[in-house]
Amino acid sequence: MSGAARSARQLRAASAGNGVLLILIALLIALTLGMAQLEPLFRALFPDLGNPLYARDSFLNLMLAHIGLVLVSSLISVTIGIAAGLFVTRPVGREFEPMVSSLAAIGQTFPPAAVLAIAVPLAGFGFTPTIIALSLYGLLPVIQNTIAGLGTVPQTTLEAARGNGMSRWQILRRVELPLAMRVIIAGIRVSVIINIGTATIGSTVGAKSLGTPLIAGLVGNNLAYVIQGALLVGLLAIVTDLLFERLERRYAFGG
Amino acid sequence: MTPPEGRRLIGNRVLATLLVAAVASVALLPFASLSPNRLVSGQPVMLWQALAGWQLAALALIGILLLVAALAGPLPRRIALWLSLGATLPLLALDLQALGAYAHRALDEASPAARVSQGATFWILLFVSALIAIDALQRLRLGPAGRALYGVAALAVIGVCFSGELLSPLSIMREFANQRDNFIDQLVRHLLLVAGALLPALLIGLPLGLLANRRARLRNGLFSVLNVFQTLPSIAVFGLLIAPLSALGRAVPWLGELGVSGIGVAPAIIALVLYSLLPIVRNTYSGLAGVSTGALEAARGMGMTPRQILWRVEIPLALPVILSGLRIVTVQAIGLVVVAALIGAGGFGAFIFQGLGQYAIDLVLLGAIPTIVLAVIADFALQILVSLSRPSGTR
Repeated sequence: MSGAARSARQLRAASAGNGVLLILIALLIALTLGMAQLEPLFRALFPDLGNPLYARDSFLNLMLAHIGLVLVSSLISVTIGIAAGLFVTRPVGREFEPMVSSLAAIGQTFPPAAVLAIAVPLAGFGFTPTIIALSLYGLLPVIQNTIAGLGTVPQTTLEAARGNGMSRWQILRRVELPLAMRVIIAGIRVSVIINIGTATIGSTVGAKSLGTPLIAGLVGNNLAYVIQGALLVGLLAIVTDLLFERLERRYAFGG
Repeated sequence: MTPPEGRRLIGNRVLATLLVAAVASVALLPFASLSPNRLVSGQPVMLWQALAGWQLAALALIGILLLVAALAGPLPRRIALWLSLGATLPLLALDLQALGAYAHRALDEASPAARVSQGATFWILLFVSALIAIDALQRLRLGPAGRALYGVAALAVIGVCFSGELLSPLSIMREFANQRDNFIDQLVRHLLLVAGALLPALLIGLPLGLLANRRARLRNGLFSVLNVFQTLPSIAVFGLLIAPLSALGRAVPWLGELGVSGIGVAPAIIALVLYSLLPIVRNTYSGLAGVSTGALEAARGMGMTPRQILWRVEIPLALPVILSGLRIVTVQAIGLVVVAALIGAGGFGAFIFQGLGQYAIDLVLLGAIPTIVLAVIADFALQILVSLSRPSGTR
C-alpha cells in the first residue's frame, strides 16, 4: 500500500471514530437529562414493576456526583503519582525505584472492591472512604507508567540535551516529560477507567454515584433501576476511554 | 549524585525510611483497640501498653539489628541484606504473637462481651516487614527459588501463629469462628467461580489469539470489541446481563432448570469470561508474534509440518507470554468475583457486602483480607510459573 493511500485510510478511520464518539456523547447527555421521558418504555418492558423509573434523585445529580468522585480522586492520584514517579527517577530518589515499582505492581493485584471495603474501618461511610480508596488505587498505574515513560527516553537524547547546555529542569520540562507524556497519559487512562468502575461500587459504602440506582435495583429486585444505572455508567466509561484514546494519539509522536 | 560509599552514613536509605515510618507509627498510632462489646467503638491501646517486657525487649532488639543493617559502616553489604531479610520473620511473628497475647490478657480481666481488635500500628508493622523483605529480595537478586522459599517461610510463620489458640480471642477471629462453615463454603465458591470463568475463557481465548495471529485483518476489530468489555464497569455488565438471562431462563425451560437465570452464577460466569478474553487473546497473539522467524525457518527446514511447528515450536516459545496473560486474568477474576456477590453469586464478596450492610467491620475484613491474600498468592504463584516456563538460559 502506498503512503498516500494509507494516510487516506487512517484519516477516514479517524473521522469515523469521531462520528462514533460524537454519537456516544450525545447519547450520554440525552440519557442523563431525558431518562424520565423513557418511563413509558420501561413501563412496557417491566409491566410488573410499580415504579419503573428511579426517582429518588435526578440522573443529572447522580452523574455529576459520579464524575465529581472520579475527578477529585484522579486529581489526587495524578498529582501524587507523577510526583512519586519523578522522585524515583531523579538521582536523589533512584534508590527507591525498585521498591516503589514493585509496590505499584503488587498493589494492583489487590481487588479494588476489597480496597474500598478496607477503607471503611479507617474512614467510616460515605464520600471520604471512597475518595481514599479511589485515590490510592488510582495512584498505582500513574506511578508505574510515569516510571516506564521516563525510562523510554533514550540516553543519547538526554546527553544531547545536556550537551546543549540545558539545565536539569529544562531537560525535564522540554525533553523528558514531552517524550514520556503518551505513556503517562495511558497510565492516567487506566486509573480513571478503574475509578469509574469502583466509584459505582462506592454506593455500597454510602457515596452517591451512578451505582446508587444500580445497587438499589439489585437489592430491591427492580431491573429497570439496574438498567438505568448500568447504561449511564457504561456509556460514561466508554466515552471517557475514547476521549483518552484521542488524547494519547495527540502525544503519539512526542507532542 | 550519590556521595561515595565511604562517606555515607546510611547504606540502605529504603530500609532507613521504613524504620522511621515504623517508629513513627509505634509512637503515634494505636497497636490494638479494646471495646466493651461489638457495637461500641474501641479504646485505642498503644504498643507499649499492650506488650509485656520481654516482647518490648525483643522488638527493640529487632529494631537495632535492622538499624545496623541500614547503616553503611558496620556490616558488608550482602550480610546486611541477609540480616534485614532474616529479621523480617521474627518481626512478623512478634507482631502477631504480641497482638494475640495482649488479647488473652485484656479479655481475662474484661467482661465476656469485650472485644479486642487490631490497630493501625499492627498493620503498619506487618506492612513494613513485607516491604523490608521485598527490598532485601530485590537487592540480593534472588531467583524464583529463593523468593518462593522466603514466601513459604513467611507463610509458615503466619500458619504457626494462626494454628493454636493464640489469635482466637481477637474480634475478627471470633467472627471467623462463628462463620467457619460458611467461610469455607464461600472460599470454595469463590475459587469455583474463578475456575469456572477461566476455563471457558481459555478455551475461547487461545484459539482466538491464534486466529488474530494468522489473520491480520481480523485483529483490530477483535481487539477493539474485547477492549470495550475491559472498559465497562463490572457491576454494569453484571446488571445488564440480568434481564436477557432471566428472559432466556424463562423462555427455554431446560436452560432454566440448568440454573440459567438472571441472578447468581450464570451472569457472573458470562461477565467474567468477557472480561478475561482480552488479556488472553492479546497475550496469545503477542506471544506467537514474538516467535523469531529464525526459529520458524529452522523448524520448516527440519521438515516439520505446520501443526508440528505450532505445537513444538510456537506454543512452547510463546508460553511465558501466554501464562502472563493467565496471571493477569486470574488476579482480575479473583477481584471481579467480589463484585459478583452483589448479583447473588456468592464468594468472599458476600461477607463484604453483608458486613457493610450491618456495619459489621469484622465481617467486612473477613471478606476483604482473604480476597487480597488469595489475589497476592495467585499472582506470586503464576509469576513463578511464568519464570519457570521461560526456556532455560533466558531466565
